Amino acid sequence: MNLKEKYTEQEVWDMIAQIPDPEIPVITIEELGVLRKVEVLPEKVVVTITPTYTGCPAMKMFEDDIIKTLHDNGIENVEIKMVYTPAWTTDWMSEAAMQKLKDYGIAPPVKGTQDKGVLFGSAPKEVQCPQCGSKNTELKSQFGSTACKALYQCKDCLEPFDYFKCI
Amino acid sequence: MMTQQDALINYCLRLGDSSLILGQRMAEWCSNGPTLEEDIALTNVSLDLFGQARTMLAYAANLEGKGKTEDDLAYRRSEREYYNTLLSERPNGHFGDTIARNFLHDAFLYHLYTALKNSKDETIAAHAAKSIKEIAYHLRHTGEWVVRLGDGTEESHQKIQQSFDDLWMFTGDLFEMNEVDELLIKAGIAVDLNEVKKNWDSTVNEVLQRATLQRPKDDYMQTGRLQGMHSEYLGHLLTDMQYLQRAYPDATW
Repeated sequence: MNLKEKYTEQEVWDMIAQIPDPEIPVITIEELGVLRKVEVLPEKVVVTITPTYTGCPAMKMFEDDIIKTLHDNGIENVEIKMVYTPAWTTDWMSEAAMQKLKDYGIAPPVKGTQDKGVLFGSAPKEVQCPQCGSKNTELKSQFGSTACKALYQCKDCLEPFDYFKCI
Repeated sequence: MMTQQDALINYCLRLGDSSLILGQRMAEWCSNGPTLEEDIALTNVSLDLFGQARTMLAYAANLEGKGKTEDDLAYRRSEREYYNTLLSERPNGHFGDTIARNFLHDAFLYHLYTALKNSKDETIAAHAAKSIKEIAYHLRHTGEWVVRLGDGTEESHQKIQQSFDDLWMFTGDLFEMNEVDELLIKAGIAVDLNEVKKNWDSTVNEVLQRATLQRPKDDYMQTGRLQGMHSEYLGHLLTDMQYLQRAYPDATW
């Protein structure tokens, strides 16, 4: 069977684009910017993804989910290609994805706040509490429940919350 | 005569091994951190380092072309076949020892990867560009702790000063070079560690000064990573890390 005659790249993309992040199930691999490219060759489908963090344990699940979804759609021969360049950045996240994060209780990355100085660079100033909306929040730890998040606390409602780090 | 391919494999092992061994050290902190937040931070760093190690060891295995995987390289080599920095294998000690060791190592990796972003080897350049984002977080984390402990109480100051004094003799090893470097620098793949050293010096000096700590004097420097010569600590670390694959070869998850 020649896959190229059967499926367009857009069709294959649409099959897998909605696969959710296993740790943040409200956003998809497409919205996250992890899904980079789909190529349909006569004998196989090549899906290119990029990791958010090099050690992100979700990457293996993304791979398995992509392969399974394509198998379920009748595409047996799938190759997953991992690329590191251009390096993943939170700037690829869409506005819609940011809103979903916020609704889910995770403060979205504040765009354009990547720290200039490495040493003693200040954390983004205006991280809004996803619970009460206050901007009176403080950084508790630069490392949170997953590689991509930092831990903040709201000084008004006192709720601790995750902030999706800007990289 | 060493080929460029051999040199490149060795270079990737150096990068991968240093991240792997330091990552394993950080994993030893799991559930032993001084506070919950810090415990999470230390193991987050471990995860990043394992990710970085995996990329480089997978590349090395691929270049070798013997059908090995990154896991084979991590779990099936003995200490003399490891090329990690001597600093990365130093025991965790107390929290200040870990912070001092990691700060010195983070600053090294930060400036090394900044330079390697321009490597002519595409995989190394991409790896450096990706890793630098993570290492920037690590360096900020340890740098801030160095200041907090150094400029903290009399006891914390004295303790972390001792940590730096104890670790200093392993910093010379970071910047050692041999024919592998020479060959790869010529090819535009590796970078001159003398240049990295200048940037490392300025970062270290800046932080130590801010932390009111004394930079230890350069004295005898213990080296050996380029020859795979290690301290007694690496063997113990590997026994722990490799136990499962050694006891039950090819065991899978």
